[in-house]
Amino acid sequence: MNTNADYSELENLARQGRWLAISTVAGSGAGHVGGPFSAMDILVALYFRVMKVRPEEPKWPERDRFILSKGHSSIGQYAVMALRGFLPIEELKTFDKGGSRLQGHPDVTRLPGLETSTGSLGQGLSVGVGMALGARMRREKFHTFVMIGDGELQEGMVWEALHIAPRYQLGNLTAILDWNGLQQFGWVLAINEQHRGDRRDPWSRIDLRGIFEKLGWRCLEINGHDFSEIIPALESAKAASDSDQPTMIVAHTIKGKGVHFTEGKHEWHSKVATKEELSIVANELGIAESAV
Amino acid sequence: MKALRDVFGETLVKLGSTNPNVLVLDADLANSTKADKFAMAYPAKFLQMGIAEQNCVGVAVGLASLGFVPWLSSFTVFFTHRAVDPIRMLVAQTHANVKIGAAYSGLLTGFTGKTHQDVQDLAIMRAMPDMTVVAPADAVEGEAIIRWATEYQGPVFVRLARDASPDIFDQQYGFAPGKTITLKDGGDVLLISTGPQSVRCLQAAELLQEQGISAGVLHVPSIKPVNQEEIVNAADKAGLIVTVEEHSIYGGLGGLVAEVLSETSPHRVIRFGIDDKWGESAPNDFLLDKYGLSASRVAQRVVERLKAKK
Repeated sequence: MNTNADYSELENLARQGRWLAISTVAGSGAGHVGGPFSAMDILVALYFRVMKVRPEEPKWPERDRFILSKGHSSIGQYAVMALRGFLPIEELKTFDKGGSRLQGHPDVTRLPGLETSTGSLGQGLSVGVGMALGARMRREKFHTFVMIGDGELQEGMVWEALHIAPRYQLGNLTAILDWNGLQQFGWVLAINEQHRGDRRDPWSRIDLRGIFEKLGWRCLEINGHDFSEIIPALESAKAASDSDQPTMIVAHTIKGKGVHFTEGKHEWHSKVATKEELSIVANELGIAESAV
Repeated sequence: MKALRDVFGETLVKLGSTNPNVLVLDADLANSTKADKFAMAYPAKFLQMGIAEQNCVGVAVGLASLGFVPWLSSFTVFFTHRAVDPIRMLVAQTHANVKIGAAYSGLLTGFTGKTHQDVQDLAIMRAMPDMTVVAPADAVEGEAIIRWATEYQGPVFVRLARDASPDIFDQQYGFAPGKTITLKDGGDVLLISTGPQSVRCLQAAELLQEQGISAGVLHVPSIKPVNQEEIVNAADKAGLIVTVEEHSIYGGLGGLVAEVLSETSPHRVIRFGIDDKWGESAPNDFLLDKYGLSASRVAQRVVERLKAKK
């Protein structure tokens, strides 16, 4: 589906977000690119269109909650939060530096606007279940969104949460699977292929949607880079807050999406762009050369 | 004399009537941990999480973010070994207001054997920044600690023995984090202990008295934080210092006392506990005897140590 003109503002924000992420990582000399890029369009949709948030009052009790369970994509979340006004864009330069509020993995004790700490994979959905359950018990109306990665889905703890959310009928909980199809190292193919791991498709041949539905989740399957699919899916999930089924948005994404040489390249899971590469990135994303 | 697990269940029921934020999250062991008493009294505030301890911890963190005070119910070993990563990252690192009711602690776990016995929990939990680690000795102290932990803002690990031990405290008892308690004065040897092992140490001290040996007993209910000065002061008055714990001699109370005293004093510290071994299924008396932790075995070992010292 072609992107709708209504979404040009979001598309522009996503380009800025990708630029801030890759240039920040380059400036700090460490960080992830592939994961933040695959998640970027959904992050922009959440923060700019779907979630009720008050950047000037990050602990506003009625805010919708978002947990980035795949915490290594933190720079993607920080970039979008900066664009949304939770922190100065200038502050991104402190990423990964000593004393920064912007830790390598999200640290709720440092940066207001985060809901919990993540990084050790597989844990965010459980916290989201607790928030959704608590909201039901308190009769609060906010919605809880949790983004998980497909590689992360190999962690057993995720499945503990996947089992319990439908049992408690948490319609006010949405999980978003950023299914970018690549993980850090993967499986060795054959002896004579040395150490080249097959990072493609952490869930090879497995019908995840079927599994989620059988577990009791309402599933929506989307192209995670097309706002005309992202926005309706997220809004549909939010509109189902009073229902008795949590929603799983299976978002098909591309790791490194947005720049031709990072797309689908496992090397860009965590890689620092050179000055020359940044020029190309800026050009492709339509960022002014002076920013490089 | 009441089993600490009954104290756990009954105190939670009492708290349920006075504190609307108290919840219990169970990993399918409530009838063992006695959290089932709370489930019967407040079914809507009892959240069964199934046999999935890691998720149980994470859900509690989400609930705590909304002002609830979640108490977790499972066996010690499943918290400190299976769910240690969510306890580390989600609870301790965020200072989440989650209370870990670590039932069936130590060796005396009702014929479960080494798979369910946890004699490393103190070592693991006291090495964790932001975690408060406490081990009550009897029913009165158990209730006081559970009440204190519910009011305190932050993570607390409460080490709860399965069975009853004789009462040593009266209703005047008040818990304060860090504070140590002198259960008995005595100059020849100072037994430093925690949890119900302190009661067995008190009994050992009486046996030693019969042999003309003056043994003091220092109870350390608060493993972390701990008032180091009180330990140093008590040690300064003793001829021999022995730590006694239903735990590995590595990194638990013995480790704590050795760390404190080695930096501040010339005292030697003798550690009684589990010497780098796993446990086994057996009656309590058998286990306490075999691992040298019964009152009579503690007394006997102290006598041997005093003889060796001369």
